Amino acid sequence: MICVDLATTTKRDLNQSLHVLTAETNETHWQVLNPQGQHALVAGLDAPITIEIMGHAGYYCAGMNQQAAVTVHGNVGVGVAENMMSGRVHVKGDASQSAGATAHGGLLVIDGDASARCGISMKGVDIVVKGSIGPMSAFMAQAGNLVVLGDAGEALGDSIYETRIFVRGQVKSLGADCIEKEMRPEHHVTLRRLLDAAGVGEDVSVDSFRRYGSARQLYNFHVDNAAAY
Amino acid sequence: MDISQIPQTLPRYSATFDPHTLSEIRRAAATGIYDIRGGGTKRQLPHFDDLLFLGASMSRYPLEGYREKCATDVWLGTRFAKKPIHLKIPITIAGMSFGSLSAQAKEALGRGATIAGTSTTTGDGGMTPEERGQSQTLVYQYLPSRYGMNPNDIRKADAIEIVIGQGAKPGGGGMLLGQKISDRVAGMRTLPMGIDQRSACRHPDWTGPDDLEIKIDELREITDWEKPIYVKVGATRPYYDVALAVKSGADVVVLDGMQGGTAATQEVFIEHVGIPILAAIRPAVQALQDLGMHRKVQLIVSGGIRTGADVAKALALGADAVSIGTAALVALGDNDPALEAEYRDLGTTAGAYDDWQEGRDPAGITTQDPVLAARLDPVAAGRRLANYLAVLTLEAQTIARACGKSHLHNLEPEDLVALTIEAAAMARVPLAGTSWVPGVTGL
Repeated sequence: MICVDLATTTKRDLNQSLHVLTAETNETHWQVLNPQGQHALVAGLDAPITIEIMGHAGYYCAGMNQQAAVTVHGNVGVGVAENMMSGRVHVKGDASQSAGATAHGGLLVIDGDASARCGISMKGVDIVVKGSIGPMSAFMAQAGNLVVLGDAGEALGDSIYETRIFVRGQVKSLGADCIEKEMRPEHHVTLRRLLDAAGVGEDVSVDSFRRYGSARQLYNFHVDNAAAY
Repeated sequence: MDISQIPQTLPRYSATFDPHTLSEIRRAAATGIYDIRGGGTKRQLPHFDDLLFLGASMSRYPLEGYREKCATDVWLGTRFAKKPIHLKIPITIAGMSFGSLSAQAKEALGRGATIAGTSTTTGDGGMTPEERGQSQTLVYQYLPSRYGMNPNDIRKADAIEIVIGQGAKPGGGGMLLGQKISDRVAGMRTLPMGIDQRSACRHPDWTGPDDLEIKIDELREITDWEKPIYVKVGATRPYYDVALAVKSGADVVVLDGMQGGTAATQEVFIEHVGIPILAAIRPAVQALQDLGMHRKVQLIVSGGIRTGADVAKALALGADAVSIGTAALVALGDNDPALEAEYRDLGTTAGAYDDWQEGRDPAGITTQDPVLAARLDPVAAGRRLANYLAVLTLEAQTIARACGKSHLHNLEPEDLVALTIEAAAMARVPLAGTSWVPGVTGL
């Protein structure tokens, strides 16, 4: 395992070292000490490596991640795993706003809570939040799955497209064009797969979730729907 | 008196309720929805035409038009980027999306820009292989929607342009109506085919200049500090917006006036939000000068650039480069009078066609209809664009030499006067024949 101490190494040097790694690298396990809330830590990765960040990270941790598995043993700031394409990002603590924003693929797991706009404009990523999420989450969410074991704040799924949202707790309110939908067998399968991937045990039943998605009434503008915006 | 013998006054249209206004009221009453169109503002505005150059005479030496060199190159991104861009001419191609434009049009823009030695720019919806393949220098737009946003494409780009706004609709998001959401466009944007695509007006993961500084840092980290980072704003509060862009760490600021075009938005937005580029350049330059960043953070201005004179005037006011969009489309073949019969079928006329959102462009440019798009030969259209860019450059050089300048960047406000008080005030140059700069000097 390669250990990088950010008390003595710059973020730039860390990220540069990671960016030169290829799919054939044998430097596959990294540990980052003393992150001290720095921004853009391990952003722009594109190699099948494992990284553990031993502390809190700032904005855009693991931004645009591809292939890598990143675990943050702490909290993260705004935009963790923003625009992730593939791989896995696991936050052991809480996440600030816009977690997983616009991400196209991969899996984002947040053990604690996520603040406002979790999954905003998500484009295919799977997000599992074991705590609760803040308001305006899944705003304009296009594809992928958002799983929330706790509660969801106001205006969940506002102007949502094809993302599926599963919430186990209470939803304060739904946004424009977001409705509750039937949980069909295929949704149980998808949800179980995501819970398993996030390390959530069988004691959490898929039957305890409700599903939300797009009513598809605002896909084409009609003046009679103007009041919905 | 015979009433029939009384001279009659001619019918008189109201200046307030003119025929166009009346037609819009009737259209609104019939449909219940606002008018959507493409392009930029069509109203009369103070513009570069209201400025004139003071050629050399007793107090200035001109340069020989066909013998003495007048350089035109420009460096962009010299502040922080390891690999700044060097262009042969200070005229770039503005961001226009695949989706709003056909793949053939995007390819033609890349071909024309490459021949001319300048850059072209992606748009909402991501980068196409045709565009990258034909563009020697390609700027990748980073937009609020992040449609098609892909780190692999970021790495392929030569610069990144963070779009905060555009001149046609500062404060507004994108719009691409369902008829232009083809399979390919829908796939690139991760959207269902045929829906009305609405792009967000705000970025999803940052708010305000303090956050933008962190976002720029992330993009620099992802690209290993190699690529210039542009910040594009619609012209509204240029002094503060430019100052904040500099504070946020931009290498280049792109300032788009209200004459700048859009693929589609509400007519009321296009005509009533934002300010003309003439009014925006000097405050922007002032901000750069106050921060000691003029020529260190480059300024690209756009919105209504049509001629080499416009280019020269923009540079004289302090810009480092200009960007063209509408004029580039016209050079490709947009609104060509040769297609008049087909424009008539669409209820318009060549030169006025602006329903780009409908995707029925007979020129094959603002469409996703494969039959229409196939009408545009990207090689020939690219050549026309290159010719046009060459003319713009030659015209700007002609003026610069007449003012005694060996580089277009040596043009300065002191080379200009204004024909109107409004233009003098906006451009902060004297009213012609006087020493009066309204708002700056006394009578």
